[in-house]
Amino acid sequence: MARLCAVAGIGQTQYSARRDDVSIAGLLREAATRALEDAGMDWPDIEAVVVGKAPDMFEGVMMPELYLADALGCSGKPMLRVHTAGSVGGSTAIVAASLVQAGIHERVLTVSFEKQSESNAMWALTVKTPLQASVVAGAGGYFAPLVRAYMNRSGAPDDTGIRVALKDRRNALKNPYAHLRDPNMSFDTIASSPMLWDPIRLHEACPSSDGACALVLTSERSVRKTKYAPAWIHATSMRSEPTQFAGQEKVNPQSGRDCAKDVYKKAGISDPRKQIDMAEIYVPFSWFEPMWMENLGFAPVGEGWKMTYEGATALDGDMPVNCSGGVLSSNPIGASGMIRFAEAAMQVRGQAGEHQVDGARIALGHAYGGGSQFFSMWIVGSAKP
Amino acid sequence: MRDVAIVSFASAPNRRTDLRNEVEILMPVVQEAVARSGIARPFDFTCSGSSDFLQGTPFAFVIALDAAGAWPPIAESHVEMDGAWALYEAWVKIQAGQAETALVYAFGKSSPGDLPEVLATQLDPYLVAPLWPDSVSLAALQARAWLEKTGNSERDLAAIAVRSRRDAKANPNATLSGDFEIAKLLAEPYVAAPLRAHDCSPSCDGAVAVVLAAGDRARGVCKRPAWIRGIDHRIEPHALGMRDLTVSSSTRIAGEKAGVGNGAVDLAELHAPFTHQEAILREALGLGAGVAVNPSGGALTANPMMAAGLARIGEAASRIWDGSARRAIAHATSGPCLQQNLVCVLEGE
Amino acid sequence: MSEIVSEEGGILTAPHVLEYPYRRSVGPVLGRFFTELRAGRIVGLRTQQGRVLAPPQEYDPETGAATGSDFVEIGPGGVVTTWSWVVRPRAKQPLDRPFAWALVKLDGADTAMLHAVDAGDLSRMRTGMRVRPRWRAERVGHIHDIECFEPEPQATADNGLGGERQRAGELAMAEEAQKPVTNIKTPMRLEYRYSAGIATSRFLHGIAQGKILGQRCPSCSKVYVPPRGSCPRCAVATEEEVELSDKGTITTYAIVRVPSESIDVPLPFASVHVLLDGADLPMFSVVQECPLDQIRMGMRVQAVWVPREQLGPTLQSIRYFKPIDEPDVPAEKLQETV
Ligand SMILES: [Zn+2]
Repeated sequence: MARLCAVAGIGQTQYSARRDDVSIAGLLREAATRALEDAGMDWPDIEAVVVGKAPDMFEGVMMPELYLADALGCSGKPMLRVHTAGSVGGSTAIVAASLVQAGIHERVLTVSFEKQSESNAMWALTVKTPLQASVVAGAGGYFAPLVRAYMNRSGAPDDTGIRVALKDRRNALKNPYAHLRDPNMSFDTIASSPMLWDPIRLHEACPSSDGACALVLTSERSVRKTKYAPAWIHATSMRSEPTQFAGQEKVNPQSGRDCAKDVYKKAGISDPRKQIDMAEIYVPFSWFEPMWMENLGFAPVGEGWKMTYEGATALDGDMPVNCSGGVLSSNPIGASGMIRFAEAAMQVRGQAGEHQVDGARIALGHAYGGGSQFFSMWIVGSAKP
Repeated sequence: MRDVAIVSFASAPNRRTDLRNEVEILMPVVQEAVARSGIARPFDFTCSGSSDFLQGTPFAFVIALDAAGAWPPIAESHVEMDGAWALYEAWVKIQAGQAETALVYAFGKSSPGDLPEVLATQLDPYLVAPLWPDSVSLAALQARAWLEKTGNSERDLAAIAVRSRRDAKANPNATLSGDFEIAKLLAEPYVAAPLRAHDCSPSCDGAVAVVLAAGDRARGVCKRPAWIRGIDHRIEPHALGMRDLTVSSSTRIAGEKAGVGNGAVDLAELHAPFTHQEAILREALGLGAGVAVNPSGGALTANPMMAAGLARIGEAASRIWDGSARRAIAHATSGPCLQQNLVCVLEGE
Repeated sequence: MSEIVSEEGGILTAPHVLEYPYRRSVGPVLGRFFTELRAGRIVGLRTQQGRVLAPPQEYDPETGAATGSDFVEIGPGGVVTTWSWVVRPRAKQPLDRPFAWALVKLDGADTAMLHAVDAGDLSRMRTGMRVRPRWRAERVGHIHDIECFEPEPQATADNGLGGERQRAGELAMAEEAQKPVTNIKTPMRLEYRYSAGIATSRFLHGIAQGKILGQRCPSCSKVYVPPRGSCPRCAVATEEEVELSDKGTITTYAIVRVPSESIDVPLPFASVHVLLDGADLPMFSVVQECPLDQIRMGMRVQAVWVPREQLGPTLQSIRYFKPIDEPDVPAEKLQETV
């Protein structure tokens, strides 16, 4: 029943620790304008706008989409604001896609962003509230024990995380938008970088970035002829589970497994590792690559690390992962999920430049958030589903 | 367009201060809405609305999942907006054929903070927010512009408050209700001239839940489903100095797109946190004198931030279910001085 | 701790302050506006349609187009288009006495800007009145460089204004050499009275008596600690209280070497998941009195409490967990409870 939806335009900003040259609106606008140009469109062509970002306290603006309405040409138009924690960039793209799939709009602009330099990203993630019944030391402090549990269960070699980080940082050198682009990054640099949340080292963790990502999503008949053919959305899925409960599987969460199963089923995929040509997945700490390889069904449980070790997830491997450099190289939190979705679409459009996977026709975009409890995914293809 | 109906609605009591946490307030409301819907979990889609700033702690919606029933994992999303927009997202999912049933909820605790001051953080972060204009003062600017343009008086505004509080006597969840005299209200001091306390909605804590179902699923569980015949939302420029504050152009467009004018309207639940805004909204939607406005008492008697718009939709649907209305309008607003508005047209069969 | 209050039903509340010193990069359009303010001038921005937006907007709200850089000096005087009267100003607002918020359409502008008007008394305010800015003596390039607006003297528009303009002009010359404004500071401080809710309050009251109280789910019988008032797995409320041992087992851990706003423990420290005996999910805490390289999964630990007389309804009553002389719990028993 749902109509086809195309990713007709993609725009990203330069990612960096501090985009001191623009306002918040200017940051979004940079990505949005590029997405419109890529789609061969202008502001009046857009019927509705969907904005996504993580906690408002990063920038200290409550519901900033209200202020951003002008910058996004929204006067007299519908505007939605999505927030699903770290997965928000992905969820936002999915909400925008459903406006087209439902036949409500022809051309929708969706933008997600974070301007973390307005404050210190740590603050909003670890607001100290009184009367707390629990003690957690920020995102790293939350995820590090889960990484340790994975290492313990899988018996993965200790340097797996270093290898993931090295791969992603090298991929980032091929992505002009990436935040961290250090040509001298080596295995030893990463291995000898300080432990922040042991077992997670500094260079195995994502940076804090300013940035925005935008997509123009259209119906089949509204696609315009531009340099790159559109990517077609084959399937989308979202799954959530509660933060913490008795008997919960935190290392390999069921919400992630269910989400993957659902998106594959909708896209007609029975053997993901064979049928999917590349994946952009949300890896804020390097060890999450092997963890998500298992969660996504690319590897049997306990063997995700082998994919990293054998080079399967490298740009020239059989299942390239995070060819853009991933979240490990650029992390404007609210946008990070949409960047994954966008990079997946760029690959099947043949638009990824130096980090293009040869002949990529089917790609997975993945995002997660909260305490590994919110998942959003899409499968895009170069051909119509 | 698929037939989608509201089949169930529940609300927490809107107390000025509810010391329970958000999950404790929300859980019984969700359970009540689910039980009344006659639809067994899991719902095909769940969507919620809330804001982190109200009590100054990020990720309130994450914890709220505890109340939603999210195990086994559910298809779920959240808007940092009033729950009316969460309902819109759920309606879109059903339109896209991706769901047949949906649970929508919203919650907000305003009591921990100074709400009018907290809302100043919604404003342009460079030119306006640093001055910290409170939301009541900004509404008062709009009220004066409207009074001076239309020639209406503060007495006319007080009459809206008196009617709302009287109607709220039949609403057990209202924050305030009762019989009041216009003259006595007008003798009270200004809060922000030209607005007095009775012109402003009381700040309160609350939660609301609604269940949506498509076509035969709705007919199967509800004798007289409240069908969504049209729903649309629009936003206006943010800066107050760029807008004509005496009209609500975004409400007018949303109303036209939702098809308000396609038939006679029996009643309207308008999300007007200030008396003059009810009048502005009435005009924007072209509602005549015969339309019963806010029979629940409206936001002037219970305005749970982030949930009050969704509550309007639930209240309007309730009047369809009980047969007291055949065609009803529900409206939700967000942002300073009615910047963003949603209009929903509901009909019984 | 003294700020914690036990209210109706034993529910605990405490003050909570959200305070951040946001520093905002403003971009070229707002940067120009603030740079001019610092010099004592107000500029608007002429759109392609010829409208003068004041204060300048980066994007034309009507068309969505970028507004460009056709800046024009406007004001400084203008007309009040609408206003409201603040009876009790809040601490952060521009004036500490009753004042008006007004939309002011500056001379030469097509849109109005919001600011405060210091009129002394409500009776001196009316729509259509003329006002002029009262400049702050020390300006930094911020909307606060205009202290407020004030009623323009009625006799001649030049009365008293000349000196003001001249002073502004001098400042401008002295400052012309300065760099344009690229950033502003917009500190935020919001004060809340945070409520812990029913379940957490009960738990913290227990802590104040040296007891760890969990709650059992009536549906799946699992024991939650700290209790949340519900079992998210079953989506039902929990009420039955269960007193738990203060001994438990480390299920996993990390060594934290970077500071976090939310924890006041000297670095580095061991952040651990502790499964208390009798509980079905771990709580997050800290281990001390143990070399960091000896911490391991399966290790048995016990809570170290503050002295009895210092116990209070806060998690700080448990200082940390320390190792105890009991054999480790085998890893396979901990698989389910990370
Ligand atoms: Zn249970």
